[in-house]
Amino acid sequence: MLEAILISIATAATPLFLAAIGELVSERAGVLNLGVEGMMAMGAVTGFGIGLATGSPLIGALAAVIVGAVFSLLFAFLTLTLASNQVATGLALTLLGLGVSGQIGEAYVGQPGVRMGPVFLGLDPIFWFSLVLLVVVAWFLFHTKPGLKVRAVGDSHVSAHALGVPVIAIRYAAVAFGGACAGLAGAYLSLVYTPQWVEAMTAGRGWIALALVVFASWRPVRVLVGAWLFGAITIGQLQIQAMSLSTIAGFAAPLDSIVGALKSVPSQFLSSLPYLATVVVLVLISRNRRLALVNTPACLGQPFVPDR
Amino acid sequence: MKRLTTLLAASAAMVFASAGGASAQMDKVKACFIYVGPVGDFGWSYQHDQGRKQVEEELGDKVETAFLESVPEGADAERAIERFARSGCNIIFTTSFGYMDATNAVAGRFPDVKFEHATGYKREHDNVSTYNSKFYEGRYVQGVIAGQLTESNTIGYIASFPIPEVVRGINSFYIGAQSVNPDVKVNVVWANTWFDPGKEADAAKALIDQGADIITQHTDSTAPMQVAAERGIKAFGQASDMINFGPETQLTSIIDDWGPYYVERIKALLDGNYEQSDTWHGFAEGNVRMAPYTNMSDDVKADAEEAEKKITSDELEPFSGPLKKKDGSDFLAEGERADDGALLGMNFYVEGIEGDLPN
Amino acid sequence: MIALDKRPNPSALYATLSPFIALALTLIAGVILFLAIGKSPAAALYAYFIEPLTEGWSLHELAVKATPLILIGAGLCIAFLSGNWNIGAEGQLVMGAIAGALVPVLMPEFRNILTLPLMLCLGMLGGALWASVPGLLKAKFGTSEILTSLMLVYVAQLFLDWLVRGPWRDPAGYNFPQTVRFSPEATMPAIDYASGRAHWGFGIAIIVALALWYMLARTRRGFSLRVTGQSPRAARFGGFSPGRTTMFAFLLSGALAGLAGIIEVSGAIGQLRPTISPGYGFTAIIVAFLGRLNPAGAILAGLVLALSYLGGEAAQITLGVSDKIARVFQGMILFFVLGCDTLINYRIRLKGASVSGTAAVTPAATVGPEQKRDIDAAAGAVPEAGRHA
Repeated sequence: MLEAILISIATAATPLFLAAIGELVSERAGVLNLGVEGMMAMGAVTGFGIGLATGSPLIGALAAVIVGAVFSLLFAFLTLTLASNQVATGLALTLLGLGVSGQIGEAYVGQPGVRMGPVFLGLDPIFWFSLVLLVVVAWFLFHTKPGLKVRAVGDSHVSAHALGVPVIAIRYAAVAFGGACAGLAGAYLSLVYTPQWVEAMTAGRGWIALALVVFASWRPVRVLVGAWLFGAITIGQLQIQAMSLSTIAGFAAPLDSIVGALKSVPSQFLSSLPYLATVVVLVLISRNRRLALVNTPACLGQPFVPDR
Repeated sequence: MKRLTTLLAASAAMVFASAGGASAQMDKVKACFIYVGPVGDFGWSYQHDQGRKQVEEELGDKVETAFLESVPEGADAERAIERFARSGCNIIFTTSFGYMDATNAVAGRFPDVKFEHATGYKREHDNVSTYNSKFYEGRYVQGVIAGQLTESNTIGYIASFPIPEVVRGINSFYIGAQSVNPDVKVNVVWANTWFDPGKEADAAKALIDQGADIITQHTDSTAPMQVAAERGIKAFGQASDMINFGPETQLTSIIDDWGPYYVERIKALLDGNYEQSDTWHGFAEGNVRMAPYTNMSDDVKADAEEAEKKITSDELEPFSGPLKKKDGSDFLAEGERADDGALLGMNFYVEGIEGDLPN
Repeated sequence: MIALDKRPNPSALYATLSPFIALALTLIAGVILFLAIGKSPAAALYAYFIEPLTEGWSLHELAVKATPLILIGAGLCIAFLSGNWNIGAEGQLVMGAIAGALVPVLMPEFRNILTLPLMLCLGMLGGALWASVPGLLKAKFGTSEILTSLMLVYVAQLFLDWLVRGPWRDPAGYNFPQTVRFSPEATMPAIDYASGRAHWGFGIAIIVALALWYMLARTRRGFSLRVTGQSPRAARFGGFSPGRTTMFAFLLSGALAGLAGIIEVSGAIGQLRPTISPGYGFTAIIVAFLGRLNPAGAILAGLVLALSYLGGEAAQITLGVSDKIARVFQGMILFFVLGCDTLINYRIRLKGASVSGTAAVTPAATVGPEQKRDIDAAAGAVPEAGRHA
């Protein structure tokens, strides 16, 4: 039973983690992209459609990665080349992504899709890939020279530019990486989690991913921890409900009363915990100046226009 | 000045519209539908749209239809309904509970247009009718099937919100299951959503993890059916035939068939014998249908068909005494049947269901 | 490759022209879009932008739809201009609606001439209190207001959900998730009931927007807001406290979002339900930008956005265009508006081409009393997101 619950949590956590790790790289380079939800929706519809057409979930996932990246370039062009406001542009990207995916997907409603099944320990290839991705991103950002450049661009684009680092080019790459990851996260929903397409099936997960990045104070490993915590809250809420009283009676007395108490907490309160936790973490980070300086990309959200 | 002329034109159009509506026979009816979700939700709104298509098919050029999808409940609903009322619709079907007050408000302003509100209870003007279907009859049949097929004696039930419609379904399912298996338990998880494939899938997984070997749902997506298929257990569909999502999994599905009602009402309008009504139809009238009984033995299938037949002929009513409420108080005495009022406001579990209703 | 040259001063010409260029580009893109899905572009654009304006009742509906957008949008202009990225107006709207509904839900017997004014005040208070959280956290600890205000949206929505399904549920409502209906005394009166359902909330929205425009253009408070947005450092030299400006911006924009919430509930809906807004708080961000961060411009922008909603429905009925297209349309408008804004502060140049170059002067360096008069220029200067005080 425990194993099954862990698999459920891992499945719930993976799309959050994928979208968040991409956004983390983008934010480390100083670009705040609020369009995650829209990019995920585009990835979900692409993954489903291409998967169905080719019969291969893997090709579907790859197509979603590409579409996610290309779609994010729209955002990159506006915010990086035209120096438009990142907050508003990100919101526009979400509107556009939800609308376009709904329109493209109208033909797919009511069709079962192809499913990417488990390959190892009951978990699917994308889950295992996401762990590899974590290692690669963590190593890249903190142990390689290009990674250092990404962080430098996010911390002070003026200094980085003065040192000859191509600020705009690096930001383009970071945004595209974020888009690719969000696309994959969307494909995870429509190929692994629930192999089907319905409009707005992302159901707000893109916004949770945004919260996760901050919750993790821009550290890759903490993103994974956070994603698992968020996943555990969702799954735990349902598991506790499903625990029948007779099962609970089998536990020791204190656990019994804990589960009983948890059952009586309104579900809305539990659902709001991740958001409240994110606010608390944000406050803790910003209160501690040293912590803030180490981890927060100082130029987050600021447009950069190089002087000639 | 230009605005003034458009205002005048608008009021002239209104006068014309009100002169056109009459209770006499009509040559052609414009029927309009308002849906709360996208027609592609493959659930609630999809089924209503299937009903609309049936109307077009059966009544041909005597009818013209139009629809608006994804109309949010609240301020937008009133505008959408009014737009239809002004665009020459003779009858407007508003297909979500949340449209109740908006429907009645617009109906007061357009006495010559007929309004039909699904699942509500307010008829403030005599041009407002209400309609609903007795889905709980289908849930009883599901209970009869699940009670016999379960080996763990635990059935997982994914519920949306604790409104009477859903509570009634749980009770009816349980009573049906009890009638064939006194040891059966129904484990209810409240997903607090009508539609979130991911969350519904998670709820199904939680129920299976906790020992359920059959899943039934009162939420709209096909995700629980897919989870059941992956885990190799059986499940019931919801609202439409979901057999494509679980060819080896689906036992049957309660199909919301709104077509017969829509055809009947529009025909009445054409023939000039339309009257205000409060309709609550089930198996007997064809508004609730069961998808083919699949993935079960012939014995179980026979029992299911038997139960369906008895309910159709009114020989059997799921809510008939003796029945007690969960708190031990009496609900129905021996031989007594629940009246519509008790069913419509049902906010308690019947005796034997574990757990409590939220809130 | 495209490169940008910063203008010495924001271009007043482009500040005025850019929304129109953006709308023109949107129309062009719209034509392509409708051709792509096989619909007549002329008929579609007529349905979207003209048809809703041809009938009296529809103009009423336009006002109903525009009311919350104008109120919130005008408040957000102030917040954004001063460099405070309050993107949680949707949550403040919800909290305002809840606070205002305290009166009709918990004290249904309190029915007199004071009921509605009391509700409106409570609504503003509720919205302002909810907005004060990200404001205070930013002013005190420098916490990023973008993320805190956004997170609190979801908390507010879940709180409303809990209220209407739990303690505030109408006891006579068959367990359905909604509160009792508000009494006539707690309902925003209609402007002209005979011709449509537009209510006095629309009048309030217009007055508020114009008042904010006046404050911004003509008062010292407005000047301090603009200066803080362009350069917190310059503001400090000028003797303005960025912390106090932040609090003011959040309290004001929150109060207006809250006011929009209670007006929507008391005017158009008549009770609390699990969802009371189809995302007005987010759409208002588009309104603020489309209105050039000018509260008076927000009136026009709010009407345009409201028109795109109504037009979406008209297109659905007459052409069978799905409602998704309306969302795509709104996303495109915002994209074009943002893109065209670049013209205000920058000259666009293809790399390699030579441009007579003046040294880039940051707006911060040009801040002075003379700028007080230069309304257009100030409205054109969009402050940068996330700039720390």
